[in-house]
Amino acid sequence: MRALDGSGAVHGILRYATSPGSSSFTEFLSAAAPDLMPSAPPAGTVVPHGTTIVAATFDGGVVMAGDRRATAGNLIAQRDIEKVFASDDYSLVGIAGTAGLAVEMVRLYQVELEHYEKIEGTQLTLDGKANRLATMIRGNLGAAMQGLAVVPLFAGFDIDAVDASRGGKIYSYDVTGGRYPEQYYHSVGSGSLFAKGALKKLWRAGMSRDEVVRVAVESLYDAADDDSATGGPDITRGIFPVVMLATASGTERVGDDELSTVVRAILAEREARPGA
Amino acid sequence: MSMPFYASAEQIMRDRSEYARKGIARGRSVVVSTYADGVLFVAENASSALHKVSEIYDRIGFAAVGKYNEYENLRVAGIRLADLRGYSYDRRDVTARALANAYAQTLGTIFTEQQKPYEVEICVAEVGHDAEGDQLYRLSYDGTIVDEPQFLAMGGGQADAITEEMRRTYTAGQPLQAAVQTAVAALGSAGGTDGARRSLPAEQLEVAVLDRTRGKRKFRRIGGSALTALLPAGHGEPAGEPAPADTPPHDRDESGGSDH
Repeated sequence: MRALDGSGAVHGILRYATSPGSSSFTEFLSAAAPDLMPSAPPAGTVVPHGTTIVAATFDGGVVMAGDRRATAGNLIAQRDIEKVFASDDYSLVGIAGTAGLAVEMVRLYQVELEHYEKIEGTQLTLDGKANRLATMIRGNLGAAMQGLAVVPLFAGFDIDAVDASRGGKIYSYDVTGGRYPEQYYHSVGSGSLFAKGALKKLWRAGMSRDEVVRVAVESLYDAADDDSATGGPDITRGIFPVVMLATASGTERVGDDELSTVVRAILAEREARPGA
Repeated sequence: MSMPFYASAEQIMRDRSEYARKGIARGRSVVVSTYADGVLFVAENASSALHKVSEIYDRIGFAAVGKYNEYENLRVAGIRLADLRGYSYDRRDVTARALANAYAQTLGTIFTEQQKPYEVEICVAEVGHDAEGDQLYRLSYDGTIVDEPQFLAMGGGQADAITEEMRRTYTAGQPLQAAVQTAVAALGSAGGTDGARRSLPAEQLEVAVLDRTRGKRKFRRIGGSALTALLPAGHGEPAGEPAPADTPPHDRDESGGSDH
């Protein structure tokens, strides 16, 4: 909307409505305030890195869990960093990679989804949300080439799914922004190989909510066992993995009390099995 | 008739006000009020796709009357401003007051500097942590901003009559059902033939709330069976006749434009 006063200036708040038809907050932000876009520090800076994120489908939805450690070289930069977030009412995103950049990107992504919903009056489909995340990752490719990669894992409940018991969906990404639907479970991060090995043996189709929470926590435990950049559960301090669920009733974070019980059960079993 | 060389500023502004007021009066009305759990929006709106009431941010809602494309522009601009502010600072730093000020500046500038004012009247509302924190701001086509304490009515030819009716029937702190019925009755009190009351059914209403008891995002639409359940039993049958249609195109307006 341009003023007709000859100056071509767009008035006040209306300069924020100058491109009707774009419901993308990221595009608007890069035009209105490009200095607020997530940006990478100069190459060579030592930044916190490394992680394990797991996601697995179950009967009625999908679970995503992430460890709590951020490392910078050999040092533990933070013991209780959160890496798994609800991106909106029905979807979850977990990020492996450069910590500061990852957190900024998640924040931007959350606003992106909410912004679209408020302007359009309706939510994006789950595939649409997965696509938007791919675009944001692609935009970060320049920084990724310098070693400051951000690799997300995206999961959600598809409210358009015909069969609600199979409504949980998982998508993985590579640094170029390629998007890959995953069928049963997936893991990303420095500990992902170990976590996937555990999931291969622990996961079954059609598990209940409680069973899949246990499987997710146990696979993270195995990843922490073999990867120094992944933190195991810290009972002394009460720091447990962030475990979140996405189902038809929305997203939910599993409470520390429940996780404490699950972790103690895992530890008891392992103690009874030498070599575990 | 030749254009006059000189028209006083007063005359120009008066003509613009007249023009804007006529545009706003052509549409249907909206009532915004406070109730026990926050802020209630009730709009007479037969369309289920084009909304007069909208969410702006966690605790902020928007309602408008007048020319649709103009207030739709303002709505989108408001959402962008709010999201930008919330992203650069924090979600709690986004306030209705700041948004209302931005709208007032914009509308005022357009009114003075553009050839045609915006034919809109908008309301920006914020729900507080308690009843004292609820805020309603009314913004007119010329950028005038008024901080309304409890309720407001705007749009349509009968906004004053509706306001009077609300003044008689409104009480603070009503539960949701009573508040909805009060607002719907006030909307229906005007616009009928020979002053008869109109009984507006759920299909002709757009209702939403900013409910402080909800989680992060307080805005919620109420429609369909949920809305019918809040209206009195047997309400809307026979359906009251709708008020004159929203803003027909100007070239079909025969109520008499200015003639120079």
